[in-house]
Amino acid sequence: MDTLLALFHDYTFRTVALGSALLGVVSGVIGSFAVLRKQSLLGDGVSHAALPGVVAAFLLTGSKNTEVLLLGALLTGLAATFIIMSIVKHSRIKFDGALALVMSVFFGLGLVLLTYSQKIPDANQAGLKRFIYGQASTLLERDVILTAACGAVLLLIVILFWKELKLFSFDPEFAEAIGFSTGKLNILLSFLIVLAIIIGLQTVGVVLMSAMLISPGVAARQWSDRLWLMVVLAAGFGAASGVLGTLLSSVVPGLPTGPVIVVCITAVAVFSLLFAPGRGILHRIYRRKKNSARFKAERRPKL
Amino acid sequence: MIKPVSGAVRFQDFENDKLKNKIAYVPQSDSVDWDFPATAMDVVMMGRYGHLGWLKRPGKEDKSMALEMLEKVGMRDYASRQISRLSGGQRQRVFLARALIQHAEIYFMDEPFRGVDAQTEKSIVGILKELKQQGKTVVIVHHDLQTVSDYFDWVTLINLRVVANGPVEEVFHEENLGLVYGGLGLLLKGAV
Repeated sequence: MDTLLALFHDYTFRTVALGSALLGVVSGVIGSFAVLRKQSLLGDGVSHAALPGVVAAFLLTGSKNTEVLLLGALLTGLAATFIIMSIVKHSRIKFDGALALVMSVFFGLGLVLLTYSQKIPDANQAGLKRFIYGQASTLLERDVILTAACGAVLLLIVILFWKELKLFSFDPEFAEAIGFSTGKLNILLSFLIVLAIIIGLQTVGVVLMSAMLISPGVAARQWSDRLWLMVVLAAGFGAASGVLGTLLSSVVPGLPTGPVIVVCITAVAVFSLLFAPGRGILHRIYRRKKNSARFKAERRPKL
Repeated sequence: MIKPVSGAVRFQDFENDKLKNKIAYVPQSDSVDWDFPATAMDVVMMGRYGHLGWLKRPGKEDKSMALEMLEKVGMRDYASRQISRLSGGQRQRVFLARALIQHAEIYFMDEPFRGVDAQTEKSIVGILKELKQQGKTVVIVHHDLQTVSDYFDWVTLINLRVVANGPVEEVFHEENLGLVYGGLGLLLKGAV
């Protein structure tokens, strides 16, 4: 208990925990819409596409400032999204095919650039690799402030466009018919997803970020039939996992923070899928058993 | 709404962009994901969004309107039910309520009677007749030939292209049906 208390007084712990919690809130909220819009995989594409952006930003500017690197990630992330959408729109290739194509090409390019940057003499590229698997322990106060600022903007946009996002996620055809441009809404939602991913790169990394985005929404959907409640729950699940993951990795030596956070939120999602009342798998099995028992009882001839 | 390939669409002196609040569209009910976390009320409320425009939130007035429309289609008791727990006919009625709340001039409906029970069909027809009395136009994609004469005044028979177009009593006869369906037409009409 004392170690726990001491931990909460520890500056580094508080910084990392706060950063991870903020990330959890943002990815929970935005991820909910990605899940409902059935664009869960877009997050995966975007996060992998962020890698070449990070390395290219470093190669071009020589800077290792998080802001600069993430700006690069933002640009390639948006570019990848745009290319995926264009392929879907202008060819017969479906979303999943376009995604697989773009994702692997961008990630491959990222690895090529990364290897190249290691070979340049005098270029100290150490620290770039943290974006692949994430390194929450390197979070600084200014990173947390950056996360908070971006997160605030994202949440504000969601609140402002709540009605439109809801409509667009449920029935885009109808949205278009009553005068809400689905093109614009698609860009808006994609932008939100890309930005949410970028925020999490330093903490969770390119490879695991999409799980961070999707899991809170998947878990929350199990517990509520109301959109607002689902989004709030997802934010809560995300935040709790962020703090819990940081805690576990601080207490148990050798556990990497980012991946532990992802394991936590995935555990929440799995638990919800199994045990949530109504939608949970166990509840469904129970209901089916009960029904078939009742059916049998009713069918038995009464003498 | 799809932009015209060329030219302009005019209706009561409104051109393309201005048309959106004049037209209500009822899609086939399997066109959306019914597992979406929304209630019947939420869906009907979406019909108001077009009038509200970007950013503006629905208020009390919109809410009471939505309840009124749910009442009209006989779904008031289901207002707060999650849409996945509605039957096919109930879903269709919710979609109809969403169109009614738009207070449009023209209503386009894509097979509103598909997969609904007889009672729902009857109540939908009642509402459509009411719309007609209010001077609205209702355009329906319909495949049940037996009910055509009862439900509609004007019919357009389409088989890839327009085969015939006119008042039901003038156009809806065996010869044209033969052109549309081949020999099947007479059988489908069930009137031979």
